[in-house]
Amino acid sequence: MNKSDSYVLEARKINKYFREPVLYHVLKDISFGIKKGEFVSIMGKSGCGKSTLLYILSTMDTDYEGELMLNGVKISGKSNKELSAIRNEQIGFVFQFHYLLAEFTVLENVMLPAKKLGRKSLHEIREDALNKLELLDIKNLADKLASRISGGEKQRVAIARALINEPAIIMGDEPTGNLDSKNAENVFDILKQLSVDKGMSLLIVTHDLDFAEKTDRIIEMTDGRIHGISE
Amino acid sequence: MNWKVILGISKTHLLSRIKQSSVAALGVTFGIGTFITLGSFMTGLNGLLDGLILDRTPHIHIYNEIEPSETQPIALADRFANSFNVVTSVKPKKSQVRIHNALALLNHLQQKREVRGAIPQVQAQVFFLAGSLQLNGIAHGVDVMEEVRLFNLDEYIVEGNPEDLAKNDNGIILGAGVAKKMSLKVGDRVQLSSVKGGLFPLKIVGLYQSGLADIDNVQSYVNLTTAQRILGEGKNFISDINVKLFDMEKAPLMATQIGNQFDLTAVDVKTANAQFETGTDIRNLITYAVSVTLLIVAGFGIYNILNMMIYEKMNDIAILKATGFSGKDVKMIFISQALLIGCIGGALGLLVGYGLSTAISYIPFETEALPTIKTFPVNNDPSFYIIGIIFALIATFFAGYLPASKAQRIDPVDIIRGQ
Ligand SMILES: Nc1ncnc2c1ncn2[C@@H]1O[C@H](COP(=O)(O)OP(=O)(O)OP(=O)(O)O)[C@@H](O)[C@H]1O
Ligand SMILES: [Mg+2]
Repeated sequence: MNKSDSYVLEARKINKYFREPVLYHVLKDISFGIKKGEFVSIMGKSGCGKSTLLYILSTMDTDYEGELMLNGVKISGKSNKELSAIRNEQIGFVFQFHYLLAEFTVLENVMLPAKKLGRKSLHEIREDALNKLELLDIKNLADKLASRISGGEKQRVAIARALINEPAIIMGDEPTGNLDSKNAENVFDILKQLSVDKGMSLLIVTHDLDFAEKTDRIIEMTDGRIHGISE
Repeated sequence: MNWKVILGISKTHLLSRIKQSSVAALGVTFGIGTFITLGSFMTGLNGLLDGLILDRTPHIHIYNEIEPSETQPIALADRFANSFNVVTSVKPKKSQVRIHNALALLNHLQQKREVRGAIPQVQAQVFFLAGSLQLNGIAHGVDVMEEVRLFNLDEYIVEGNPEDLAKNDNGIILGAGVAKKMSLKVGDRVQLSSVKGGLFPLKIVGLYQSGLADIDNVQSYVNLTTAQRILGEGKNFISDINVKLFDMEKAPLMATQIGNQFDLTAVDVKTANAQFETGTDIRNLITYAVSVTLLIVAGFGIYNILNMMIYEKMNDIAILKATGFSGKDVKMIFISQALLIGCIGGALGLLVGYGLSTAISYIPFETEALPTIKTFPVNNDPSFYIIGIIFALIATFFAGYLPASKAQRIDPVDIIRGQ
């Protein structure tokens, strides 16, 4: 079996430029792969291009050169509509800031991507969502408005939402960035558990060395280039 | 596309901004409500005014005009064919005002498919006499029940009944102005004298009020035979024929045909009331102009509110797109919000319009000129309601379309970076 076939997500020679305000080569020849069940972290100085890379990998940014493979299928160059569907089904994203729909309840927030996918009945989706909330130990918040819960709780709701469609990979951009160390550890434990128990693939950007050292692999970036991968 | 999810999101968005949503919907309500009220009221008024003139105006009025003949005998003489003839002081020949062979003509007209009715009249110049008072007037000899059927004569009979005249050969329906001047009332007797001299005592069975003082001061109605008796003429003396068609638009053509064919004067309603339609058109134009303006203002209200909403909802848009909703889904979320505002506002507008026009129809409106009208006229034509709701939906769709397309184009990465 070819090595690249076993990758859930693979980046091949990704280059990205910002043209405004001046031409700026932000990502340079980024190539790496993530295997199924692997927990990978990305570290690097502020401004080195980690978030930019994550937006490309999550298919939200399509303005780049190089190839992106998901489960061995090339997804670079697909239409926005197809990419939306891929994001919905295969990719879970957790932002640094808790991005929830403020006017919806916690449960509705978690259910939304599954409703969009439309594979299951409303009843099943509800069950799934409650299970995910239970997994993250916040089932009791299900009917609260998303704007009325704490930062740490929001972060966990965001993770539950990322999990709802059982995606191929979960990406996080500093998901513990604005949590205290206890909460950060909590979130890490949850992510770790997902990768170990459920065989989920994870790619997490972090500044927290303690966090990174507990992951399977650390990708280190400087100035838009991968300069080292430590196991 | 998953409409249930999309509508669920737009519902939550609208409900969480219930104040702004309501204001937007009320804008539509106001626009539609006013459109319906104005439309019903204005066309009701139009109908009333139309009725005032058109209901009692025959579509074609046929009579024999006394006029000097256009060709003088000298024109027929060969001897003077090449000379320049001047005939001064031409006077009309003393001919009869009757329509020649009127009964046959009536028969002919009644048989035509386009004709709803053709009825004879005999006009007689008379003097009304009561005590020492003597007034100039006209007695219309009519078939009163036919006049009621075709020209709504009953609507202008303010006292008494048309049937009373039909039953009584010596009855008369007197113009209200005449009755007032002579202090006569229903049941009294009035004497009519013809130009030729005879005296005819008649019983007043009703009073007629058209609303036009000039008419009410001279007019009276008697039976056809009574008028013929006053004139000392026989059963076949008919001075006028009034025709009502099924379709008023055909009047001018038929009038010309009749005029030419029978060598009579035939005047159609359009020629007689040319200025009239202009007024109706202008009133309609004003109604539509005002209503459309109101709806456009309502549309801008919706545009504004949705635009604002989209700025407030940037985060939501980014989240939806990041979690797999396509640009089109997001666009539909906002368009459906606009349409929901349009539907709810429009439906309320229908109710408001109905309520207001019903209220108007109860406002007393009594005027000397319109004896049978007691309240403001309102035309509850369903087409105003249909046009209103369709316009509401179209206007809100376009008001929502631009902001929604903007939402469709929003790049989630820009928003997420912006945090
Ligand atoms: N829209 C943009 N236009 C131009 N330059 C940009 C744009 N977005 C980011 N950059 C630049 O690209 C570089 C990489 O940004 P990026 O957000 O990826 O950094 P990062 O590694 O995530 O940093 P941090 O750890 O602080 O989040 C930065 O120097 C930034 O100034
Ligand atoms: Mg970053």
